[in-house]
Amino acid sequence: MNSGEMKFLVIGVVLALGAASIPIVSDGYWLSIATTAMMYIALSTSWTLFSGPTHLIALSTGAFFGIGGYLVGSGMSDYDQSFWLMAIIAPVVATILAMLIGLATLRLSGVYFVIFTLGLAEMIRNLVSWVQNNFLGSRGLYVLTDFTEAHIYWMLLSVATIVFLAGWLINRSRLGFALRIIGNDEQVARHVGINTAWSKVILFMTTGFFAALVGAIVAPRYSYIEPNVVFSPQLSFLVVIMALLGGIHRLWGPLVGVIPFTLIWEAISISFPNSTTLFLGLSFLLIVYFIPNGFVGLFENLTGRMRK
Amino acid sequence: MNRRTIMVSFSSALLAAGIAGLTAASVIAADPIKIGVVSHLTGPLAGGEAVTHTPNIELWAKQINDRGGLKVDGEQRPVEIITYDDKTDPAEHIKAVQRLATQDEVDYMLSPYGTGFNIAAAPIYAKYNYPLVAVSAITDKIPELSKRFPNMFFTLGTTSGFVEGVRDTLVTMRDAGTIGNKIAMVNVADAFGIELADTARPILTEAGFEIVYDKSYPLGTPDISPVVKGAKASEPDAFVAWSYPPDTFALTEQAIIEDLDVKAFYTAVATCFPAYADKFGAKIEGNLGAGGINPDTPAMQAYRKAHKEVTGKEADYWASATYYASLQVLEQAIEGVGSVDREATIDYIKNNSFDTVLGTISFDENNNSERYWSVGQWRDGVFRAVADTGMGDSVPAVAKEGWN
Repeated sequence: MNSGEMKFLVIGVVLALGAASIPIVSDGYWLSIATTAMMYIALSTSWTLFSGPTHLIALSTGAFFGIGGYLVGSGMSDYDQSFWLMAIIAPVVATILAMLIGLATLRLSGVYFVIFTLGLAEMIRNLVSWVQNNFLGSRGLYVLTDFTEAHIYWMLLSVATIVFLAGWLINRSRLGFALRIIGNDEQVARHVGINTAWSKVILFMTTGFFAALVGAIVAPRYSYIEPNVVFSPQLSFLVVIMALLGGIHRLWGPLVGVIPFTLIWEAISISFPNSTTLFLGLSFLLIVYFIPNGFVGLFENLTGRMRK
Repeated sequence: MNRRTIMVSFSSALLAAGIAGLTAASVIAADPIKIGVVSHLTGPLAGGEAVTHTPNIELWAKQINDRGGLKVDGEQRPVEIITYDDKTDPAEHIKAVQRLATQDEVDYMLSPYGTGFNIAAAPIYAKYNYPLVAVSAITDKIPELSKRFPNMFFTLGTTSGFVEGVRDTLVTMRDAGTIGNKIAMVNVADAFGIELADTARPILTEAGFEIVYDKSYPLGTPDISPVVKGAKASEPDAFVAWSYPPDTFALTEQAIIEDLDVKAFYTAVATCFPAYADKFGAKIEGNLGAGGINPDTPAMQAYRKAHKEVTGKEADYWASATYYASLQVLEQAIEGVGSVDREATIDYIKNNSFDTVLGTISFDENNNSERYWSVGQWRDGVFRAVADTGMGDSVPAVAKEGWN
């Protein structure tokens, strides 16, 4: 470990400890914002693990998140299983599914993959409805636990921390190196003997695992799971937008995207409750126009210029 | 420089919040009672919210403020409604409810639209002692939920109550010789549609009916004609659809095209909307659907007239009146306690009965008001209740005589 990495590690630990103390400082409003932000930090960062190096825009977050929420709801409501068991099963199921989807689609070139992932959440939601309708039935999926918002927040924080550690380890590994080559030029990567398909599939599985885990943890916060709410295409887009706002070529990029995004979003919701979508659209335009490489790009550009 | 970017976004956020604060301050004249509500102004549930909830809140607030306000602590205080949009997203909803409770520090909150949103918001209402008089929350878990959230009240019945209403209607029609035993049943393959169909199968079979056709269709399907053709081919006496608003309209339209001639034609959600009658006119005479009201009581007539005058729209023939009644419960409880004391208000709701547009209602040991209409029938442009739980004022359903 060199001194630069040491510095990042120290900053990371300080940030994590700071974040962990939020529920002690605020129990109400700010905690609920922090919980939503932490959910998006975990989702966007795990999304970046895959999409950052490969440059493949995956719109599948909603699908995996939905699997997490739905399995927890179904397991607890229909089969009287404990939350913890379902929170373990759900990400495993999502990981297997991500593998199957990855094997089927990641051999294709970029745009086909994007289109496929776009339809994925909808496809799984319909599949779930079909199974419920023909085999299981439905009695409403209640996730009634004794967790408070602080518990959910701490669980999400732990997941986010693990995502960061995983991302850091992957970046240092042969796999991370391989992915960067794939992202730059897949032809070259194949010629130097990298198994491009499997490298991408493994990273896609990691993303699926974490998205489902987050979905499972958030389920008790929603208390009642409706398939068309958890399998939300909007979630997939928000995750991508927040990650792009931060910048996806650094692991910590989404982090600096999610926090201002959540605060601006909150300010818009308070000030213009009747036209939030309009102002959201305007802020996207401004972001794309003025900071195309995200906050990280802006930051690196400016520090680079200063050095000159 | 990075710091500056962050500062820019922070200061724009602060500026925006400041503007909001200023406008809010200039609106407040006296010292109003602040009432918060988180609505689905956009998103998938915005349509239902706009028909059933929003106009009633507008009507209620206007009526109270026109008479000077609510009587608390020996003075008249107007009500001020604070609304946030949640985009039909539970995470946004939870945040907005927290914001109302801890930032705006509203005195009371109204119930949201949809079972999921009521249950998702319930822990926050409970934490800050807000009474939650839920309306659009039909669930079979009322005892468990009210034990967990003692501040939560229910007014629109249970899933089983809902299905039993349909069974009672069909049994009455069979006993009268209007229909035979054969039912064609279809459902939308989504949460509530599946749940209703699941509940209905044993209940209808036990009542001696034969389900001759049992099919589902996907949510949002553009073509519903195979379902209606199939139902017609099974030659049923009655047609029952556990449907959502878009498919209620589509099924009815298709039934007219196919001339599905049954003496009992039931579609679930949205049959009670005035827009349904506007679209199909006299063709839907005799159609059955979820909801219904008793249009003959003076209270109901006065309510529907005021609703039309203030909001310019007809009230729907089901949950509109119930939602208005939930506002009346809150209003009478606040005035009954005589001060803005939420805990006392919750106790008051538990222990008193209320004079509402639905008649007198009170809550049992499970915080449930077992007084609701469950099935209605279109008769001369009015959707009249033909089955109920605890109301006792519904009329017997009559045969549907073709699609003319």
